Amino acid sequence: MALLEVRDLTVVFERKGEQPFTAVDHVSFEVEPGQTVGLVGESGCGKSVTSLAIMGLLPKRGARVSGTVGYEGTNLLSLSDREMRDRRGRDLGMVFQDPLSSLNPVVPIGVQVTEVLERHRDMSRKKAMVEAADLLDKVGIPDPTRRLSEYPHQLSGGMRQRALIAIALACRPRLLIADEPTTALDVTIQAQILALLKELVRDMGTALVMITHDLGVVAGLCDEVNVLYAGRVVEKAERHELFAAPRHPYTHGLLSSIPRLDAPRGQKLSPIKGSVADNIPWDHGCAFAPRCPNALDVCVQVTPAQEDIGGGRLLRCHNPVRPPVVEEVSA
Amino acid sequence: MVTPTRKKDRIDALAASSADFDAGVSLAVSAWRQLRRSPMFLTGAVIIGLFVLVSLLSPWLAPQDPSEPMLIDQVVKARNEIPPIQPGHVLGGDLQGRDFFSRLLVGSQQTLIVGVLATLIGLTGGLTLGTLAGAFGGWVDSAVMRVVDVMLSLPSLLLAFSISALFARPNQYTVIVAVAVVQIPVFARLLRGSMLAQRHSDHVLAATALGVKPGAIVFRHMLPNSLGPVIVQSTLVLATAIIDAAALSFLGLGNPDDRIPEWGQMLGDVQNVFDTHPQLAFWPAGCIIVVALGFTLMGETLREALDPKSRR
Ligand SMILES: Nc1ncnc2c1ncn2[C@@H]1O[C@H](COP(=O)(O)OP(=O)(O)OP(=O)(O)O)[C@@H](O)[C@H]1O
Ligand SMILES: [Mg+2]
Repeated sequence: MALLEVRDLTVVFERKGEQPFTAVDHVSFEVEPGQTVGLVGESGCGKSVTSLAIMGLLPKRGARVSGTVGYEGTNLLSLSDREMRDRRGRDLGMVFQDPLSSLNPVVPIGVQVTEVLERHRDMSRKKAMVEAADLLDKVGIPDPTRRLSEYPHQLSGGMRQRALIAIALACRPRLLIADEPTTALDVTIQAQILALLKELVRDMGTALVMITHDLGVVAGLCDEVNVLYAGRVVEKAERHELFAAPRHPYTHGLLSSIPRLDAPRGQKLSPIKGSVADNIPWDHGCAFAPRCPNALDVCVQVTPAQEDIGGGRLLRCHNPVRPPVVEEVSA
Repeated sequence: MVTPTRKKDRIDALAASSADFDAGVSLAVSAWRQLRRSPMFLTGAVIIGLFVLVSLLSPWLAPQDPSEPMLIDQVVKARNEIPPIQPGHVLGGDLQGRDFFSRLLVGSQQTLIVGVLATLIGLTGGLTLGTLAGAFGGWVDSAVMRVVDVMLSLPSLLLAFSISALFARPNQYTVIVAVAVVQIPVFARLLRGSMLAQRHSDHVLAATALGVKPGAIVFRHMLPNSLGPVIVQSTLVLATAIIDAAALSFLGLGNPDDRIPEWGQMLGDVQNVFDTHPQLAFWPAGCIIVVALGFTLMGETLREALDPKSRR
């Protein structure tokens, strides 16, 4: 059994005087220990809402969450507030996008690391401080003992994100959710942080849910990828297969909109036309249809169902991109 | 005069403007750099520094005993005469033949005590209510804020006056209480505003995601980050408190024992002789204005320096 089993997770936001808005729609995926699963999609497709729902952090009022979030067989959604609080930070860790605003500006780094150790591992302040220095060292922060007494603004962006990772991993959670952990950082630091996550996941056997809009991150880190569009998984595949043979036109578009060094000279990048604003609801057709180069009449009439297309791949499309010829796949 | 609703809105705007007080320490450092070069702030700081120094040292600085009517033989009630300026009495005497200069000096003590205590009590009350409202939200918030808004809708001096009048025997302590109570809603609303902003901040969400308990969330993560605007406000409230306290004493709701001098009371005592002896009103009034101005200068410049939006 997988460590995390998300089944039909659905989040509906009630909106005053408006139709309720379905931000996440029957999303299902599994993560094994030591495995990294990516949730990919453009802004507003429901990535963060999915992660907050798993952590039980959505507001009580205004958000209806249904489906199941199985963690070692327990449905997290059925736990009480108190039980959930005990698990957060201990079993489930989370790293957020903006490392500066995710740290408390008026509390020294050391206290923010020890806080979670004292909370979940019943450590004394003194012991926790030693452990905290150890953790900062492990995530590659130089001179950790001095850093413990510094405030977030005294650290560089990369160091802050390292500190956040240290805090999230302090109690060795078996599941880590990283919500665009590198978006706020510059490219070289991004690579370092990703390498660090990869290493930690390998060493500690943590299951990692990697949320990103950046296919480069996916290529470097994820074993399996779920492509989200307007709250639904439109394509799910193992990383290599996804990159070699994207089947959903949206995935295809995402891949051809990133520059590649091995592309033939003179080949233009082809960005996906339109924006999320052009989405139509999933009720009568495919939400991506208005932007889709492959759209057929049926696409705006019948909602595509999720189909198993073999090889562990799932696809939600009436007119998928044809897989490339065989030589290319094996190349 | 500001309308009641505007007062309320102004407080909320203030809380919101300083809500991303976040950059915390670095902000404080750069604010200090800015303040050090601000003539307004420095003027205020010098005034307040002198004021505090004088009130602390006044028992030793005062050339004469402020409660001793040593010049009473020079007071002629019938001809409305008071002791003139003379050696040892640089500002002459008052209506009871006491040394006027010494009374002014020692009077600063009462002003300082009343101002500081009233502000502290108001701050404590406001912090408690604001924390309750900001931490719990929901109906606690609604209930607390209903009371606070009613208090805010009354002109503050009128409210202070009414509270003072509730006491059978007004004295300097009732002045403190009355002035303090009036400040509570200002602090409460201000703190609640910043607490609510903190509640939706990233670092509070991050702390929640670590399983930090609600109590620690409030006291370690929300409250310390919400205090900035409240602290700035205290400087401004000190000015209001001093003026309100003086007004109450002026109206006879202060300490009935006039052996301990107090500027507002000194002002009230000479209402009838103002046309013949304007200096008796001029000096205490001037002291009140200058000290209040000092606190206002400091408070306003402090607020501007700490407001991330007004910085450049
Ligand atoms: N608390 C909320 N109340 C109402 N709607 C919300 C709430 N939180 C998110 N949404 C909506 O849910 C949708 C998905 O938001 P989400 O934050 O998951 O996007 P995302 O995929 O993480 O995007 P990004 O890449 O920009 O972070 C958005 O349309 C957003 O407006
Ligand atoms: Mg997001």
